[in-house]
Amino acid sequence: INPSSVSASCCTHVGLLSVSASADLLLDELGAPLLIVQLLFLLPGLLLLAPDGLWVTVDVLDVPAFRGLFCVSDLHSGNMFARTSALVFSPQCGQVRNMATLKDITIRLKSIKNIQKITKSMKMVAAAKYARAEKQLKPARVYGTGALALYEKADIKAPEDKVAKHLIVGVTSDRGLCGAIHSGVAKTIKNEIANLTGSGKEVMVINVGDKLRGLLHRTHGKHILLNCKEVGRKPPNFSDASVIATELLTSGYEFDQGSVIFNRFRSVISYKTDQKPLFSNDTVSSSENMGVYDDIDADVLRNYQEFALVNVIYLALKESSTSEQSARMTAMDSASKNASEMIDKLTLTFNRTRQAVITKELIEIISGAAAL
Amino acid sequence: MLAARLFRRALPVLRQARSYADAASGAPQMSFTFASPTQVFFREASVKQVDVPTLTGVFGILPAHVPTLQVLRPGVVTVFNDDGSSAKYFVSSGSVTVNADSSVQLLAEEAVPLDQLDVTAARANLEKAQSELVGTADEAVRAEVQISIEANEAIVKALE
Repeated sequence: INPSSVSASCCTHVGLLSVSASADLLLDELGAPLLIVQLLFLLPGLLLLAPDGLWVTVDVLDVPAFRGLFCVSDLHSGNMFARTSALVFSPQCGQVRNMATLKDITIRLKSIKNIQKITKSMKMVAAAKYARAEKQLKPARVYGTGALALYEKADIKAPEDKVAKHLIVGVTSDRGLCGAIHSGVAKTIKNEIANLTGSGKEVMVINVGDKLRGLLHRTHGKHILLNCKEVGRKPPNFSDASVIATELLTSGYEFDQGSVIFNRFRSVISYKTDQKPLFSNDTVSSSENMGVYDDIDADVLRNYQEFALVNVIYLALKESSTSEQSARMTAMDSASKNASEMIDKLTLTFNRTRQAVITKELIEIISGAAAL
Repeated sequence: MLAARLFRRALPVLRQARSYADAASGAPQMSFTFASPTQVFFREASVKQVDVPTLTGVFGILPAHVPTLQVLRPGVVTVFNDDGSSAKYFVSSGSVTVNADSSVQLLAEEAVPLDQLDVTAARANLEKAQSELVGTADEAVRAEVQISIEANEAIVKALE
């Protein structure tokens, strides 16, 4: 080990820890197993018993290039040669980073362990809820795609020029700690609002879930039509969807075209923000392909449309809840993993600190005894 | 006469492949999807006929039925499979869509196989609903009770 490399390694640390690190290297260089190695302070004049039996002392080298340079000199021969040197950054910046005491580390370790327990149990709960949600999603998907089949097969599209009033239904939930579920939907909604208002159309948003309201109400508060709470506590069912649809229809907002924005479930580890269209009665009845369909009067069409609206919202609720549970499961899983990594690191630091404390006490005793 | 013979020889011999007309496999199969929010009964299945109760009456849907949209009323849906067997379900409400490509989507808000319904419970509910109807005057409540009466009557009729 040459002196330059030692000082280079010291430069990365701040404070007195660096000195003790260099003391490790210092005594290592002497080629013997480390005995009294970790010093908390390298004070000038402090006597160290090097493993090879030599007493060495610490002197200060007054070199203007360095702040404070400690070198170890061989007491026996009286020569002052720098075996190694340590660069110590004294606290110029004003902030002293004291080494963490055992107590601090213990407190931190305990709190991280508690957090890990919590995230692990949240992961278990989310896994159970996800399994149930995925099972319920299968029939819900068949049902939802069946509801949209008419619009796909009849190729119903909203006329580009006439459409003036838009509706966006954003489906999330009330609870967080599930990754980017809510922010994904909010981002898509914000983009949609920007596009539509840019081309002069009127947009209103229905928030299903408190999180979405929190994300949107500050910047797009004037576009919010309805807020739905208490979403996500229990698995969504058809009556929830019908409540939302009823409120929408009684709100009196006559939209020309709409879309439901939700997170579509793809697999345990992946979901995607998706949109499904909503059409107004006028759009459907005036669509060209609808002439093929026989015997439809306005009443039947209105009932049919209302039912289809509920079905689409139901599909969105089911997909969204499954995606949310799987996302929460993966988020809590990675949180637990990170916590266990931190615990490992902290445990090592704790042990090192504990040994340092013991060493310090030993040195004090020994140097006290030697002084007698 | 020679000219006629020559003329006849000059005529191309028309080969006529005589066969029967193609069987009616050109008619599209019905892709039948019957689901409720919690359960799927048929998913793009091929069936022979489906009888559905709608607001305008009960009608049967066969493959190549004219496209239509209808809203269901409480009643019995009968599905006739290709092999001749039939299955009955009670539906509360919903919609039926027959598309041009002969696919049928029957979406019911609640649907149960008929054998899972109890006629005595249905009768009891019907009597309770009828007595409630006499008691209330509020429009919304009356409408709900009338819906309940209609549904229960349909159940009782189906099970008898």
